[in-house]
Amino acid sequence: MSVTIRDVEYVAKLARLEFTEEQKQKFTEDLNGILNYVEMLKEVDTENVEISIGAYRVENALREDVVKPSFDREALLKNAPDAQEGFVKVPKVIE
Amino acid sequence: MEFEAIIGLEVHAELSTKTKIYCGCTTEFGGEQNTHCCPVCMGLPGALPVLNKEVVTYAMKAGLALNCEINKETYMARKNYFYPDCPKNYQITQDETPLCTNGYIEITTDEGVKRIGIQRIHIEEDAGKALHREDGTYVDFNRSGVPLIEIVSKPDMRTPQEAKMYLENLKAILQYTEVSDCKMEEGSLRCDANVSVRPKGSTEFGVKTEIKNMNSFKAVEKAIEYEIKRQIEAIKRGEKIVQETRRWDEAKGETVVMRSKEEAHDYRYFPEPDMVYLVVDDAWIENVKNTLPELPDKKRARYISEYGLPEYDASILTSSKALAVYFEDVVKEGASPKDASNWIMGEVLRTLNDREMSIEDIKVQPKHLAKLIELINNGTITGTIAKKVFKDMFESGDDPEKIVKEKGMVQISDENAIRDIVNKVLDENPQSVADYKAGKTKAMGFIVGQVMKASKGKANPQLVNKLVEEELQKR
Amino acid sequence: MHTKTIHEIRELINKGEVSCVELTKNALDRINKIDDKIGAFLQIDEEGAINKAKEVDEKIRRGEEVSFLAGIPMAIKDNICVEGLKTTCASKMLENFVAPYDAHVTKLLKQNDAVILGKLNMDEFAMGSSSENSAFKKVRNPYDLERVPGGSSGGSAAAVAAGEAYYTLGSDTGGSIRQPASLCGVVGLKPTYGRVSRYGLVAFASSLDQIGPFTKDVEDCAHVLKAIAGYDEMDSTSAKKEVEDYTKYLNKDIKGLRIGIPKEYFAEGLNDDVRKEIENAIEVLRKLGAEIKEISLPMSKYALAVYYILASSEASSNLARFDGIRYGYRAKEFEDVVDLYVKSRSQGFGDEVKRRIMLGTYALSAGYYDAYYKKALKVRTLIINEYKKAFEDVDVILTPTSPTVAFKIGEKSNNPLEMYLSDIYTVPINIAGVPAISIPAGFVGGLPVGMQLIGNYFDEGTLIKVGHAFERETEFSKVRPSI
Repeated sequence: MSVTIRDVEYVAKLARLEFTEEQKQKFTEDLNGILNYVEMLKEVDTENVEISIGAYRVENALREDVVKPSFDREALLKNAPDAQEGFVKVPKVIE
Repeated sequence: MEFEAIIGLEVHAELSTKTKIYCGCTTEFGGEQNTHCCPVCMGLPGALPVLNKEVVTYAMKAGLALNCEINKETYMARKNYFYPDCPKNYQITQDETPLCTNGYIEITTDEGVKRIGIQRIHIEEDAGKALHREDGTYVDFNRSGVPLIEIVSKPDMRTPQEAKMYLENLKAILQYTEVSDCKMEEGSLRCDANVSVRPKGSTEFGVKTEIKNMNSFKAVEKAIEYEIKRQIEAIKRGEKIVQETRRWDEAKGETVVMRSKEEAHDYRYFPEPDMVYLVVDDAWIENVKNTLPELPDKKRARYISEYGLPEYDASILTSSKALAVYFEDVVKEGASPKDASNWIMGEVLRTLNDREMSIEDIKVQPKHLAKLIELINNGTITGTIAKKVFKDMFESGDDPEKIVKEKGMVQISDENAIRDIVNKVLDENPQSVADYKAGKTKAMGFIVGQVMKASKGKANPQLVNKLVEEELQKR
Repeated sequence: MHTKTIHEIRELINKGEVSCVELTKNALDRINKIDDKIGAFLQIDEEGAINKAKEVDEKIRRGEEVSFLAGIPMAIKDNICVEGLKTTCASKMLENFVAPYDAHVTKLLKQNDAVILGKLNMDEFAMGSSSENSAFKKVRNPYDLERVPGGSSGGSAAAVAAGEAYYTLGSDTGGSIRQPASLCGVVGLKPTYGRVSRYGLVAFASSLDQIGPFTKDVEDCAHVLKAIAGYDEMDSTSAKKEVEDYTKYLNKDIKGLRIGIPKEYFAEGLNDDVRKEIENAIEVLRKLGAEIKEISLPMSKYALAVYYILASSEASSNLARFDGIRYGYRAKEFEDVVDLYVKSRSQGFGDEVKRRIMLGTYALSAGYYDAYYKKALKVRTLIINEYKKAFEDVDVILTPTSPTVAFKIGEKSNNPLEMYLSDIYTVPINIAGVPAISIPAGFVGGLPVGMQLIGNYFDEGTLIKVGHAFERETEFSKVRPSI
């Protein structure tokens, strides 16, 4: 598996990032370097091995269905670049 | 060539829990924008999700009611996509391990009972609400984190009508179990459809399209109908169907392309590392089972066998939990099931329909409807009067006895009093009397009508008939 | 004063020889005097710190009982939320982000009457091993200002080494506490995954991140760990295990305690001088009566590969929320909402962060998930099993913390893979989730060398016990840089 500039462009789009041609070239090389290193995982036999979704197994971290007071809106929105009338505003989305 | 359609539905239902799925904020509908929010449901840096236990219980309840298997060990997953109403830019949902799988719903078609398979039910969070205005999009995160179940059917439906029936039954079941209030107008029930067509007899699936933005069951039916027609016509023209997402345009009555396969999302699902395994044991499942109410299918069968109601009436009465509860309450208050059913199927539903109201809004208490029925049966009022009394009850919510008394609507069964009215009517209508004598029996009906009118509907109809006949013979 | 430990200072306070206000002013003076050179602090809350110190002095004057940490000036890595202070993660993306709530550890520190001096510099979003990736300024090693302090918690390590704070908090995803502790000659502990709540820690890689303390010695470490550990209902991954009084592991002997030496950690890539120092440390422990056993952890060689897949993938998702909409940097010019995302993120994130987001997005994208992410989750299982098995035979595992001493600023910044290799001894521990501590254990050319002690799940106590025994026998923890 070798990463191409085209892959980098596709992934950048997914990640909502943009790069200059030069940066794309650099990232292609970097990703190939890292992924080549990661190739070593192929030699590990993982047939019949379960995945671990955490460092160790924990079950059922559950919360009772009891209402807690919500947060002060002012405090929640104070870092918003564009908050209006208690809404978070963004450029018009068309879909 | 004849075609058949393959339809699968994805339904999102908001759960009726008190709090959101991953934080303690209220799920109450409405509320000023961004006031039912906290760092967790706003996706602030450093905030972490903790699963609401009740969400699991509700989802299992739905699963059991829909004949699903419960998966005892599951975990949450992230679905990654950027959208302004998605605060973390990923949704915490379930991917490889849905909580419930492999269930079904039964619908009654012309060919009999048909099972529509349910592939999976999983739990997930809702997004915020984006309001599109002229100068920009305004986002309210009150709904962000409200718990949802997504119910994915198997591609087992063949007609838009089957799809509609599936939805109606699904809605009834979710309401019966009180898992969701299923208010489409508040967005607590939403539906997407996958539609493809193929030559009849073929066993391969055609290329499917996904249809979104249908805001009522009627719209689902119409959209699917349109889409099937569109696909068949395209194929007949020699065109290929492309896999794409289409939007139902209610005003134009057509589906339009939203995005093509090339623009399709790459959601990059992976196990949610901020959360842990969800394990449900037999005791928990048993507990949920024990809280399941009688479901519509069973109820309908019981109404037919136990109450002797016609199949149609039983279906209507069980179509929503509220209606069934109302009916059973009227029966509990002493009305016979047949009378109760007749009144509800007749006057009650007709009036509600006229006013565009639902049974939840009715002012007439079940015990008052039962009393009204009793007043007819014991001869206190006539059927005609009863309809008037009902109208009054519908507006005021008053006790029918009180209405009858106050408005003097008690039935007149005094023979002499009625005989006086009859003679007065006969005196005033010599032509009708002559007609009757000449053999035109129709004239009798007219006279009876006049007598009822003169008594303001209060005269006992049987007595009126008898006395009119007697007095006519005397002339 | 600034060279003293918490336990020494506590004694002075108790005797009435110093007030918390004096102590705090002293620390602030020290910061003002030397932090230009060190670059450890991104934000200083002078007013808040002094006010808190006054409050504690008042409590003491009234004769109230106060916590061991009460009135002691400390500072917090800038990826941990403190209400009302900025939490920048050393990123342009969060340059102006003021946290509207306290992290769980912050709450606990406040309950302990800690004097919070300010927020500490780091690699942007904790991604890096040298603290060169801060968007604002580099951190320098107090032992040699031309060298890196390690990373990503470089500010936290340097601040303690340079006497700017008596203790600090950092976060460790692949070695970000232990490696800088090693390079700066201080004690740094990464607790068992789940021992300390992550609520309010800006996530880098959720399944690996853990908050832990930096202190001058092991004794202080026991006190701070006791204060910050514990179950938190706001963190699903936090452990419902009771917190031990870690100070009970101080001043114990280690006769018969089994210490495993994994041969894979002493192979190629380890600097010879560092190796000698670690071997000397092993001899010290042997003399104290510990039983030294060679063991083998063959899966360790895959840990770094697993780490880069898991950490980057989780990061690509965790950092998606930084989009310029609800908070954070928003580009000045953009065409539409997608462009707003793209421009804000491209301008707001630095190169290393972008590199990891790209790697992680690639590893999770359609068609590659099974080959990379799922494979890594399976190998993770094997690594976890290997550690579990190892702890059937030994009580503690001892390794070097880092293959080298502090390297020169700029030396590795152009080769990401080489930089990543400096975490080779610390990363497996995060993959397994076990606790580990780095303790000063020698010097090479005047630069500190750290040894890493790895414990079984939730057995931080044994790490304290062994570390403290070593500390009592040696002088390394008493050395201070000359700055």
